[in-house]
Amino acid sequence: MLNFLPSDFSVLIEPESCIKCRRCVRECSFEALVFRDRVVPDHSRCVACHRCVAVCPSGAITVVRNRLAFRQNANWDEEIIKNVYKQARVGGKLLTGTGNDKPYPIYWDHLLIDAAQVTNPSIDPLREPMELRTYLGRKPSRLDFYHDAGGGFKLTTVLEPQIKLETPIIFAGMSYGAVSLNVHRALAAAARRAGTLMNSGEGGLHESLYSFGENVIVQVASGRFGINRAYLERAAAVEIKIGQGAKPGIGGHLPGEKVTGEISKTRMIPEGTDALSPAPHHDIYSIEDLRQLIYAIKEAVRYQKPVGVKISAVHNVAAISSGVVRAGADFVTIDGFRGGTGATPTIIRDHVGIPIEMALAAVDDRLRQEGIRHQASLIASGSIRSSADVLKAVALGADAVAIGTAALIALGCQMCQKCYTGRCAWGITTQRVDLTDRVDPEEGAERLYNLLRAWSLEIKEILGALGLNSIESLRGSRERLRAVGLTGTEMEILGVKPAGR
Amino acid sequence: MALVKHDARGLSFRELNERLHRLVADGIDIIDLVNVNGHRYIGTGLAKPVRLNIYGTPGSDLGAFMDGPEIRVNGSGQDAIGNTMNSGAIIINGDAGNVLGLSMRGGKIFVRGNVGHRVGIHIKAFAEQVPRIIVGGVAGDFFGEYMAGGRMILLGLDRRAGQPVVGDYVGTGMHGGTIYIRGKVEEHQLGKEVGLVEMTEEDYAVLQEDLAEFTACFNLSLPEIMREPFAKLVPLSHRPYGQLYVY
Repeated sequence: MLNFLPSDFSVLIEPESCIKCRRCVRECSFEALVFRDRVVPDHSRCVACHRCVAVCPSGAITVVRNRLAFRQNANWDEEIIKNVYKQARVGGKLLTGTGNDKPYPIYWDHLLIDAAQVTNPSIDPLREPMELRTYLGRKPSRLDFYHDAGGGFKLTTVLEPQIKLETPIIFAGMSYGAVSLNVHRALAAAARRAGTLMNSGEGGLHESLYSFGENVIVQVASGRFGINRAYLERAAAVEIKIGQGAKPGIGGHLPGEKVTGEISKTRMIPEGTDALSPAPHHDIYSIEDLRQLIYAIKEAVRYQKPVGVKISAVHNVAAISSGVVRAGADFVTIDGFRGGTGATPTIIRDHVGIPIEMALAAVDDRLRQEGIRHQASLIASGSIRSSADVLKAVALGADAVAIGTAALIALGCQMCQKCYTGRCAWGITTQRVDLTDRVDPEEGAERLYNLLRAWSLEIKEILGALGLNSIESLRGSRERLRAVGLTGTEMEILGVKPAGR
Repeated sequence: MALVKHDARGLSFRELNERLHRLVADGIDIIDLVNVNGHRYIGTGLAKPVRLNIYGTPGSDLGAFMDGPEIRVNGSGQDAIGNTMNSGAIIINGDAGNVLGLSMRGGKIFVRGNVGHRVGIHIKAFAEQVPRIIVGGVAGDFFGEYMAGGRMILLGLDRRAGQPVVGDYVGTGMHGGTIYIRGKVEEHQLGKEVGLVEMTEEDYAVLQEDLAEFTACFNLSLPEIMREPFAKLVPLSHRPYGQLYVY
């Protein structure tokens, strides 16, 4: 069959600058460069991951969009035409990686933050204490105290287990299998140093990371991979994964080629077999069933740690979250439709789910209306790109946020969206040893820690400007947000006024 | 051997399980639990090879995440028995409900009577751990769905005339392990990812050994059970969902 598909990118190599060291050829895991008497690109294989550009000692390489023009068409755009070619040739579902790249509204960018002027003083975070500490877990409905004769008192309410975070940012669930072990190592070390959490994702936790358990949320997903008593007992918290923003309502599928020795041990399945995560948990067909699994896990960990539930942001997310909280979840992670993934059908990623901003506001509202907001912490995820997004999420009602894509970008990810190929040239979403070595866990941990530190400093800066000295004071305080360029209905859902009001 | 009898009447599942934990911590290794009536999660989180003899009807998730104990139920069980179990044994004299043995990775579950739907869903083997489910009676639909490893044996004893031994969609999505069904299984009952293959001598040796254990538990006659032929089901591929994508 004649291949109709033009290449996406062109690799340009300046002959005068190229010193023919061939480093680019060795580093290109997509085999887009070969050396004859000079470096010769195969444009059709280039994914614009920029590995060659980054390693070229003489700056001789540039990657540009293929200049070949299709006739301008706002309806049948280049990507749509190419997808039809691909599917007509192979007859399969389009697969992709990372989060939704379509130009849907990003509500974070329509929200502006307040600041204190004259009537309420702002605070200088450089000189005054600024509190980002956050506790995840079920809070009591009331506090009871015992007062003794001498005027002293003691708390008599038994508190449910809580996790202390030094910053309201945790790492999102990314499985060992989707990402490499070195990435998990970097996440674990950074989480420990920053006083926060990583999330194992659904592929188990490598034995060498059990010692980081206090900084790890472990997942129980429909495939139940790598779950045994030690896994549940070592963790800081357990999260039942129902859904993921990039793929609401569908299962997962780690191909057999990726189930190598260490992954097989960690997932506790034989080498080379496909790791199938069914779309639903087959012991959960209702809220009552969810409650049954939540309490099975609580029994297994003897009520010593929070048990949460992760769901995708879908149309009825508010009602579902209410059920999840009533089912006994101590925290609810809501993953918006722009959330990342290692592999998902493109059609699902780009068309299913709703934005995290709307979902978060709706859930927070609903739980408040029902008087159960305190019964569970809310974690928002699904494309948190900056400290401003974190702060806006907290103001909309989140207790904390989870970052996945941002964390991988900190490790070098260039957002080429080829995670599912297992060829990641930056060593992040691959299990090929020659590639995984490209992430140094210590250096990676440093970068991740730096990112958390930088965002935390910025959050303190904004809190100071707001005249607040604690992130707790901002939680759910939508009065401190204003909208620009949104419709009345959108503002109503977000619970914010327009700028100027 | 330290043995106690414990009355479950009037206790919530949390209270009952907390008491079990304390008894086990005190070194008790055989516990007779009487008046069990819908208490969930019995045996969950117990990590010692203790023996629990249950009298009554335990609730769902009996032995969920269990690692070591042996539970004998003198009565019937409910749903999700042995959920994500790692090791140990659950032996049920009566019937059991749906999703029995969901995602179990090791140990054994023996049921004398009938079981519900989606039994043995996604059970998987790993290294020396080979989970086994043996059912004396009949099973509902989706028996061995998504099965990834281990052994499931269905005997179809005490059937009414014309009653099928198993429901439809047997082994749908199966990609590992073996299912043995005593009697006849029709092609239309199978999921499209599994196939019927000839029984070998090796298979009969495996059955002989497993069923010797099973018949001893319930006072059944092994030769009588072995008299009828068995059907063997295996996955057609270890990669049933490989060819669905385009990059």
